[in-house]
Amino acid sequence: MKHLLTISGLNAGTEDKSILHDVDLYLDANQTHVLMGPNGAGKSTLGRIIMGDPAYQVESGSIEFDGQDISEDSPEKRSLAGIFLSYQAPVEIPGVPLYSFLRTITQKRPELKASARQFRIRVNEICEQLDMDPGYLTRELNVGFSGGEKKKIEMLQLLLLQPRLAILDETDSGLDVDALSVVSRGMQAYRESCDGTLLVITHNTRILERLHVDHTHVMVHGRMVERGGSELIGRIDAEGFERYGVHEEVSAS
Amino acid sequence: MSEDVKDVDRSLYDFVKSEEGYERFDDGLNEEFVRAISEKKDEPEWMLELRLKALDIYHKLEMPANWGPSIEGLDMDHISTYVSPNTEQAASWDDVPEDIKDTFERLGIPEAERTSLAGVGAQYDSELVYHNMREEVAALGVVYSGIEEALHGPYEQMIRDHFMKLVPLTDHKFAALHGAVWSGGSFVYVPKDVSLDFPLQSYFRLNAMGAGQFEHTLIIVEPGADLHFIEGCSAPKYNVANLHAGCVELFVGEGAHLRYSTIENWSKNMYNLNTKRASVAKDARMEWISGSFGSHVSYLYPTTILKGDSSSCEYTGITFAGGGQNLDTGCKMILNGADTRISINAKSISKDGGASTFRSSVVVGSKAERARATVSCASLMLDDQSRSDTIPAMDVRCKSASVGHEATIGRISDDTILYLMSRGIGEEDARTMVVNGFANPVSKELPLEYAVEMNNLIKLEMEGAIG
Repeated sequence: MKHLLTISGLNAGTEDKSILHDVDLYLDANQTHVLMGPNGAGKSTLGRIIMGDPAYQVESGSIEFDGQDISEDSPEKRSLAGIFLSYQAPVEIPGVPLYSFLRTITQKRPELKASARQFRIRVNEICEQLDMDPGYLTRELNVGFSGGEKKKIEMLQLLLLQPRLAILDETDSGLDVDALSVVSRGMQAYRESCDGTLLVITHNTRILERLHVDHTHVMVHGRMVERGGSELIGRIDAEGFERYGVHEEVSAS
Repeated sequence: MSEDVKDVDRSLYDFVKSEEGYERFDDGLNEEFVRAISEKKDEPEWMLELRLKALDIYHKLEMPANWGPSIEGLDMDHISTYVSPNTEQAASWDDVPEDIKDTFERLGIPEAERTSLAGVGAQYDSELVYHNMREEVAALGVVYSGIEEALHGPYEQMIRDHFMKLVPLTDHKFAALHGAVWSGGSFVYVPKDVSLDFPLQSYFRLNAMGAGQFEHTLIIVEPGADLHFIEGCSAPKYNVANLHAGCVELFVGEGAHLRYSTIENWSKNMYNLNTKRASVAKDARMEWISGSFGSHVSYLYPTTILKGDSSSCEYTGITFAGGGQNLDTGCKMILNGADTRISINAKSISKDGGASTFRSSVVVGSKAERARATVSCASLMLDDQSRSDTIPAMDVRCKSASVGHEATIGRISDDTILYLMSRGIGEEDARTMVVNGFANPVSKELPLEYAVEMNNLIKLEMEGAIG
């Protein structure tokens, strides 16, 4: 059977430093995966490499999405194929109104074709779902928003685009309890609204409480060290990464 | 991510019409020419005297040295100071010669006139070829005509009282040159308490090769009146230098409001050495909106003198310097009245080896109690060969005044491009989106058609920017 995403024997890094070593990872459709690991393990790098960040080079191995080798594709092409990456620190883009940005990225996708009216209704629905002030929509993309608000805008795009694979890179970092609950609701809504696959990169277990997790992957020093079910989360929460030879507190708040 | 920038497509502006049958004075400058221009225009004696005095000052003043970008490529002996299309000024486009009418059609002027303007003036080389205003605006007592035409009517004395009073002939060498050979331009008079619902627009087109354009714009806005004036400029590209040394003098009366918008897109062989100045009375408000895209070298610093108490001025400008361009732009504010307020918001973009300099001067006089000034400028460089400089000067002579300044110079970060691309936007579109967003605070101040034109100009500049 073909997986949605198959990474095999991946070695990758920046020009002067190799970061990922012999990484194997496969994700199937309509599942929730969690990628955990201590700081500096290479989790975010993996997310960015799947998205196609040109700052990283693939030395060997392959990345297949839906049966196609995508390792030479631009981030634009990967996005249109159905991959989404939510960034830890979404960039601010002055002078670009959020609403027209959302319209632009939606119009790039024929499968999301909607009239101006249908689009407006859809966006307003999502805003309500995420407890977002519709006033945000007329503001500039991410400019002057708090960390929590920026993450809501990421979730808004996620729900609007309904990608087949959504990678959330530390979407929970630096959020207060309210924002955390909105993000967690957004993840749930995404999983319920389409049969997309979620890959949650985190070292915070709180965000996962409301989510049914199918598989957990542990990465240490750029290597995949364990693949298991949701029970791994509880264990890591209790023990940290001690058993993988790493002494680091796991944040529970 | 590499950027391999192609030459900009300027086909919209880059077309040349024949000069056959035109009256063209020989290159260079002497008293005989100045007298001939004056005679041709059948001017009052005082104007001829002003021209001759200006010529004398012009010969005495040195070329500006150690100031901004080099103008060595400008050889005044090879600039024709007067080229006339030899046609009468018309009040109907049907009466404008076909090829000239075609030029303005292609620039979209008659269409804008029908939909969104209260009046239009169109200058072709040295002379106005068209001037017209809506009847209902004329009925309010508004005057909008060629300045030469106005010199032959009831406003002669008013023009005499204001002409080159704000910009004295001695201001600099090119102001003196302007005084000697000026030709064409508009005169606007808005009576007390009259508000125009639509803007007036003058468009200046320089078609002739190796020529100079020296139009004079004089606007008098009486107390309590309100006007938006738009100035557009363009020219086709030649391999020899062209010169634009126009002069704009604006008088804003007590409690009045004037917005002066410019979209300048001279071709890249143009030396744009233009002088603009406004005098602002008590409680009045002046706004400058300035988009500078064209020319080889520009020296352009609209100056505002806030004479009256509680008067204010805002300058919003954007400059886009591409390959082969060195654009030195900004503004000058002189705050003399108490409780005066100014804000300067400037943006510049440089690309493909272009150089852009923001230069501002804010002078707060000793009587400008509680004056407030904020200066903000931001620059965006699109590659490693381009250059961006910021030269803000402040001279504050009043203790109760408050002034603030902030400047940022940046590039488009790789993370920004990655963010947009990973949402499905192509690299070229992503860059254009960022640049348009950067320019947005300026374009949103422009009337819609001009905002669209500006976005198109940016798009043209950005096209082919990706290798």
